[in-house]
Amino acid sequence: MSNIVIECKNLGIDFGGLTAVDNFNKSIKSSQISGLIGPNGAGKTTIFNLLTKVYKPTRGSILFNGNDTKNMSITSINKAGVARTFQNIRLFNKMTVLENVLVGLHNRTNCNLVSSILRLPTYFRSEKKAKEIALNLLEIFDMKDIYKENAGNLSYGTQRKLEITRALATSPKILLLDEPAAGMNPKETEDLMETIKKIQNDFKIAILLIEHDMKLVMGICSEITVLNYGKIIANGLPIEIQNNQKVIEAYLGKGEEIA
Amino acid sequence: MLFFSQLINGLQLGSIYALIALGYSMVYGIIRLLNFAHGDILMVGAYVALFSLTASFDPWLVITLTIITSTLLAIIIEKVTYTPLRNAPRLSVLITAIGVSILLQNLSQFFFGASGRPFPVHLLLEPTVFNFFGININNNSIITIIVTIVSMIVLTFIVKRTRLGKAMRAVSQDLDAARLMGVNVNNVVTFTFAVGASLAGIGSILYALRFPLISPNIGGILGLKAFVAAIVGGIGSIPGAMIGGYTIGILEVLVITFGLSGWTDGVVFLLLIIVLMFKPTGIMGKNIAEKV
Repeated sequence: MSNIVIECKNLGIDFGGLTAVDNFNKSIKSSQISGLIGPNGAGKTTIFNLLTKVYKPTRGSILFNGNDTKNMSITSINKAGVARTFQNIRLFNKMTVLENVLVGLHNRTNCNLVSSILRLPTYFRSEKKAKEIALNLLEIFDMKDIYKENAGNLSYGTQRKLEITRALATSPKILLLDEPAAGMNPKETEDLMETIKKIQNDFKIAILLIEHDMKLVMGICSEITVLNYGKIIANGLPIEIQNNQKVIEAYLGKGEEIA
Repeated sequence: MLFFSQLINGLQLGSIYALIALGYSMVYGIIRLLNFAHGDILMVGAYVALFSLTASFDPWLVITLTIITSTLLAIIIEKVTYTPLRNAPRLSVLITAIGVSILLQNLSQFFFGASGRPFPVHLLLEPTVFNFFGININNNSIITIIVTIVSMIVLTFIVKRTRLGKAMRAVSQDLDAARLMGVNVNNVVTFTFAVGASLAGIGSILYALRFPLISPNIGGILGLKAFVAAIVGGIGSIPGAMIGGYTIGILEVLVITFGLSGWTDGVVFLLLIIVLMFKPTGIMGKNIAEKV
């Protein structure tokens, strides 16, 4: 088996008459960080929504570990190993840091209601194990000492980090990060880069990230795909993308021809 | 003395409202649906209790049967009518809920007749009156209050301490995010309906102990008042539903004590209007600041 985690083949989706994404082809290998960039409205988040089964594709297919994901639901694709964060942070604000991570572990702990009400030993064991895993994850990302805090009270950068940790708790094979650096100051962005590198190093999973912060994208991605009006206009190494004429045009507009 | 016995009375009535209000509040908290069929589930539960008692079943069996039937009924309603409408506009689901409520009332009328049937309380519990320092208290008042408090403790425990409770809280805060984190939202929603309905099942027996005349339309006004209780307490909030229930119960009894028994419903809805005017999110509701 090849080490390709996810493969999109001619993926496309229409909303009414609008073609949001068309002819999207991309495969991501395990322990590879790839970037998805493009101007606003290019269809980047739509692709995340397709990959996580929030939307059903109009055309084409998504293969996960070689299997067609056509009949999978949002829950089952997550269980299979696709996790994501959101463009605007969507933590469970009224729950504690620990509880947020435990929700991510929901799929991993198997314990029914009867045994949890009766506090059977199986409940204790699985609950204790889940808590251990959660605290371990929090320790990796330096949040162990704030595990009792409500998620809503955390600073912006920490909330981002917690959201990533929560997604990691579902033990994904691929992690989709939707604009993780949005709204961050340079220092926070730098920390985030470290965090992402750490994830790739420690967890050996594939990461696909949408980002507008070019320093971050160019700094950590080994492959970058550029999207404009729902179509791929370039795909390649960071250095290739930087010098690609089409990409420059998409971002800055076409220059006047000088006679 | 009158005050204390009326207070007990109010607590008993409030307990029943609180138990039903919890069902409204939890379902609303999870999928933002006002389940108007909730009161009618209680009505069906009361009939189950009535018939099984008349068939001289063991009281514990009657109670178990009532709770199980109410729970199953709610699960069936949720699976058949609400699940297919999960992505429909909220108004469609609300109207469906009203439709289910009317359906249940009419089916009961068809099968059980429109006139009220006396509930054989003595088969379940021999009515006794205790005398505490000159205050007369019925045993059904005490049982109602205790059962309600125990139910609430169990419920709070489920929501705060179990894995499914954690999933419930996650879904109520952000359904899509919870789903994308691998929480099976359909199971959580069904579980919420089931918990709410089992409380309604308990409520149906407590209701029958206090008002031993069962007819197909008892669910209507009772459900409506429990709904008011949920709003007054802050819909979506579990302690809110409890506080709202007791507020309405005690208020009603006070109005009756002052000799204005014809005004009880009016006063309850007046309270709803006042709460909506001054604190629309209810007593326990958080003020939701719209982000601009």
